Amino acid sequence: MKELFTKSVARNIYYGGSLFFILLFLVLTYDTHQRIPATDNSENLTEEVAHGKRLWEENNCVGCHTLLGEGAYFAPELANVYDRFGQSKEAIKAFIMSRPPGGIPGRRSMPQFNFTDAELDALAEFLKYVNGIDAQNWPPNIQG
Amino acid sequence: MKYQSQAVSKLYFNAAIALFVAQIIFGVILGLQYVIGDFLFPYIPFNIARMVHTNLLIVWLLFGFMGASYYMVPEESQRELHSVKLAKILFWIFFIAAALIVLSYLLLPYQRLAELSGNAFLPTMGREFLEQPTIGKVGIVIVCLGFLYNVGMTIISGRKTVINVVLLTGLVGLALLFLFAFVNPENLVLDKYYWWWVVHLWVEGVWELILASLLAFVLIKTTGVDREVIDKWVYIIVAMALITGIIGTGHHYFFMGAPSYWLWLGSIFGALEPIPFFLMTLFAFNMVNKRRRIHANRVAVLWALGTGVMAFLGAGVWGFLHTLAPVNYYTHGTQITAAHGHMAFYGAYVMVVLAIISYAMPKLRGRVANSNKAQVVEMWSFWLMTVSMVFITLFLTAAGIVQVYLQRMGDQPLPYMIVQDKLAFFYWLREGAGIIFLIGLIVYLCSFLVKGESDQHIDVSHNNPALK
Repeated sequence: MKELFTKSVARNIYYGGSLFFILLFLVLTYDTHQRIPATDNSENLTEEVAHGKRLWEENNCVGCHTLLGEGAYFAPELANVYDRFGQSKEAIKAFIMSRPPGGIPGRRSMPQFNFTDAELDALAEFLKYVNGIDAQNWPPNIQG
Repeated sequence: MKYQSQAVSKLYFNAAIALFVAQIIFGVILGLQYVIGDFLFPYIPFNIARMVHTNLLIVWLLFGFMGASYYMVPEESQRELHSVKLAKILFWIFFIAAALIVLSYLLLPYQRLAELSGNAFLPTMGREFLEQPTIGKVGIVIVCLGFLYNVGMTIISGRKTVINVVLLTGLVGLALLFLFAFVNPENLVLDKYYWWWVVHLWVEGVWELILASLLAFVLIKTTGVDREVIDKWVYIIVAMALITGIIGTGHHYFFMGAPSYWLWLGSIFGALEPIPFFLMTLFAFNMVNKRRRIHANRVAVLWALGTGVMAFLGAGVWGFLHTLAPVNYYTHGTQITAAHGHMAFYGAYVMVVLAIISYAMPKLRGRVANSNKAQVVEMWSFWLMTVSMVFITLFLTAAGIVQVYLQRMGDQPLPYMIVQDKLAFFYWLREGAGIIFLIGLIVYLCSFLVKGESDQHIDVSHNNPALK
């Protein structure tokens, strides 16, 4: 057994195994690209949504929230916030707008970002688009 | 120290330790913000503190990997480093850039930073762990390329050992995969798909190669076990890391809009991902059991063994805990993830960097090992930090289980913020454990100041044939 499993066998497993799985991963990546138009809600990916995504990034929203489960765990999941807020973009906008600049004593509070109305629209539109992504029925329920 | 140029690693190790301290201070701040929501608000809101905490971690580990490479590669290659000057220049570029990035996080509103740094030209900011301004990312790439050139030239023209070759593949992979930090499609599903090529393929892929290589180096040096034996272990560990880890990326593709076959692929390969970590545990203990000498630096051996155990627990066991799709459906994006993240990063990467620092630093300071007194103090820091990290992980796991149950299961799922209030008990306990961790870190720093005579009863000079 010891003679069969030599250093060069181990080396070959390393190089051969890695190469095989890298190639397999690339094939799967290609296949994923082919299939995701069915689930990624890209038909609703408008200019405004792209603007909203940029705002999402440039205000580091992911530093507190999760979006489809990724981000920080300090504030609510937002992939289904559109559903949670009764499919109302106005409700989302109103919530973001109403954050007190000085915070809430003793409690967690979202900062006041002073967005313009157009920016609020873009953000709400982005969250609506994310809500439409088919993510294997995740989050498990409305609470996210 | 056998080669003069190894001395440059000291610079990197010092920076790593300094940034580690800053990282932990921000960790304690974050833990407090979990229970006192308006702590430091609105001056340092949670998202800023978290960004500082995670980015500092990544940067100091990179300093650690670079310092380790500059220490190991000359010794393994049996020649001086290609260019000490380049290593020094790159150090200052990287250190100043890292400091500027962190200060800009703290002093500017993030949105303003995006504007000033021209994020609109090539938007890469605002994604978890990749928050650095685009220009900062370009700087990281330049530093990595210069570093790779320096290390690569040394390896190519010197003795090629398995440790060197595996290290180099890991470092090349690290640099190549970081290029995906510049890929940020407007389509969120694709954005996430490639974001994981940096995040997952780093920490559950190529970083494991670096980890195995560093661990093997420390074990070779401290146990004197035959290189042939160690080489075989290294190959099989890194083989398993990539065989399981590459397709294992799929455990992040469950619930983000990717095809459903990833549920199967991610679950199966994710479940296999503990194997390389388990092998590392066996490796570390086997080598120490078979050691041919007792090295005077016992605390370095302790860190190496600790890496084996804690990497397996944090990355392996706590990873397996939520890697299966039906489990992850409930645990995804909860405190369970936070629990796993903490112990995995500490157990695998923090500990291996501290192991190599523990081995190399005395040599860089002109002795084979620190005095017995200094080693005992460092061992105290080992236990304080390691045990408190176990408790941080356990408290977060408890919080995560309760969170999953209240928010996602049960008859009447509760809203997120209501559940968070109910978790305050666990968050307080976690904060307590975090403060013990900080104390452990202070003890660690103190161990560098403890003087005293080094153990002389073991012949560790270069005249001892066992050391050659």
